[in-house]
Amino acid sequence: MPTHDRSPTHWNQRTLPSATSLDPTDSVPVIEFRNVSKGFSTQPVLRDLDVIVHPGETLAIIGESGCGKSVMMKLMMSLLTPDVGDIHWFGNSIVGKSERKLRQDRLRFGYLFQGAALFDSLTVAENVAFGLRQNTDLDEDRIRQLVLERLREVGLSDNICRKKPAELSGGMKKRVGLARAMALTPDVMFYDEPTTGLDPIMSDVINELILRTRARRPVTSVVVTHDMHTVRKVADRVVILYPLSQLAEGESQIIFEGTAEEAFASDDSRVLQFVRGEAGERINELAIA
Amino acid sequence: MYRIGVLSVPVVMVTGAFIGMVLAVQSYSQFRQMHMENRMGAMIVLSLLTELGPVLAAVMLAGRVGSSMAAELGTMRVTEQIEALRALGADPLHHLVLPRFLACVLLIPLLTTIADSVGILGGWFFSVLVLGMDTFDFWHYALQMVVAYDVFIGLTKSVFFGAVIALMACHRGFHCGAGAEGVGRAATESFVASFIGILVIDFFLGVFLNDLYYFIYT
Repeated sequence: MPTHDRSPTHWNQRTLPSATSLDPTDSVPVIEFRNVSKGFSTQPVLRDLDVIVHPGETLAIIGESGCGKSVMMKLMMSLLTPDVGDIHWFGNSIVGKSERKLRQDRLRFGYLFQGAALFDSLTVAENVAFGLRQNTDLDEDRIRQLVLERLREVGLSDNICRKKPAELSGGMKKRVGLARAMALTPDVMFYDEPTTGLDPIMSDVINELILRTRARRPVTSVVVTHDMHTVRKVADRVVILYPLSQLAEGESQIIFEGTAEEAFASDDSRVLQFVRGEAGERINELAIA
Repeated sequence: MYRIGVLSVPVVMVTGAFIGMVLAVQSYSQFRQMHMENRMGAMIVLSLLTELGPVLAAVMLAGRVGSSMAAELGTMRVTEQIEALRALGADPLHHLVLPRFLACVLLIPLLTTIADSVGILGGWFFSVLVLGMDTFDFWHYALQMVVAYDVFIGLTKSVFFGAVIALMACHRGFHCGAGAEGVGRAATESFVASFIGILVIDFFLGVFLNDLYYFIYT
């Protein structure tokens, strides 16, 4: 049994949490979806999902555009609420919890947004320091030191600190976003399409950063991506989501769950099509004569 | 506060000055027909303090500040910056809405005061230096007709107008649709909603504050 305190209350202390924490042998899932459904207006996106994220693992969620991967990740982070079903964090249900309580518990999670979502009006250093200033009582010297540490961890130098996000390249923005997400040393990291829009070299740099983050401390990771190279490199387990519009009533939206190697060896044509990047009979949807 | 307050001063001054002069131009011939042109000062000052100053300053700010706030928050919505705030343990209402609301509510009365003052000077300038009115008559009748309650009416209205502008802008920004089209629509909708809100509130506050005046002073 783990001896450290992993309850969300340890965030009340307004000090920087020590690098904890997750014991891969712990049987309590970090995140658990129980029969979760979510839609927008009249458009259902996710239906009856049951997913478990185990402590210490890196789970990749893949699937076609519009199948609900990012929605699923935002539900995991409680940035959205499910229409039906229950979501558990570390064994405790979060559905129905107040936003104030969730805000506190959410600090155990870091989120790298698809476009990095850096605050335009703040400098790089202010962006990375934001969570520290917001949630801790650390003095400015310590915050400055931590900001520089985090930036160095993602391979960025000190002279970037005063730049505004608009002055950065796509890869730099992602790395600053990663530094910001890691500033509070979260137990769980969410990566929303971390390599989308980047060149192959920068994509590999980001993949390497994901691996190094995990090597540095026992962090659980969830990666939403289209990039099979990323999946093969960083993921312990893969979940493939299928668009609801392509499924029959009652059919599971998760068409595959296993390792990346198992996905490539799958006998389900839908799984193979996706992991190999082949359109197959779906090319007919384009109605090309 | 700098963006909402200081940068709005030139716009509000220009608007106020021209409204004061337009009032003088439009009312002069009618007052002259009744041989009451020496009372024009009272009408100009009273109109500006209770109605035109607060309403036009608010409309200008709804266009300049409200639309800008809606577009800024809308852009933050579509680029996931608002979700990033939540992910970092911050309350977007506290970080984004509260400062804007306070800035509008606190600064719009100040800007209205500037608009009123410049408008009155504009009206005096045109009445006295162009139309040849007597400067003593202008100020004498103005001071005779206008009471402190008229100033209170204008400033009270401006506080409500500030609140409407901030709330409409933040609401439209937070509920912005996707992409550049969504941001543009949020900015436009914010202005239209604020404008309608200002006029509706102006009517109801006008009725209420007039009734309050008679209730207090009779």
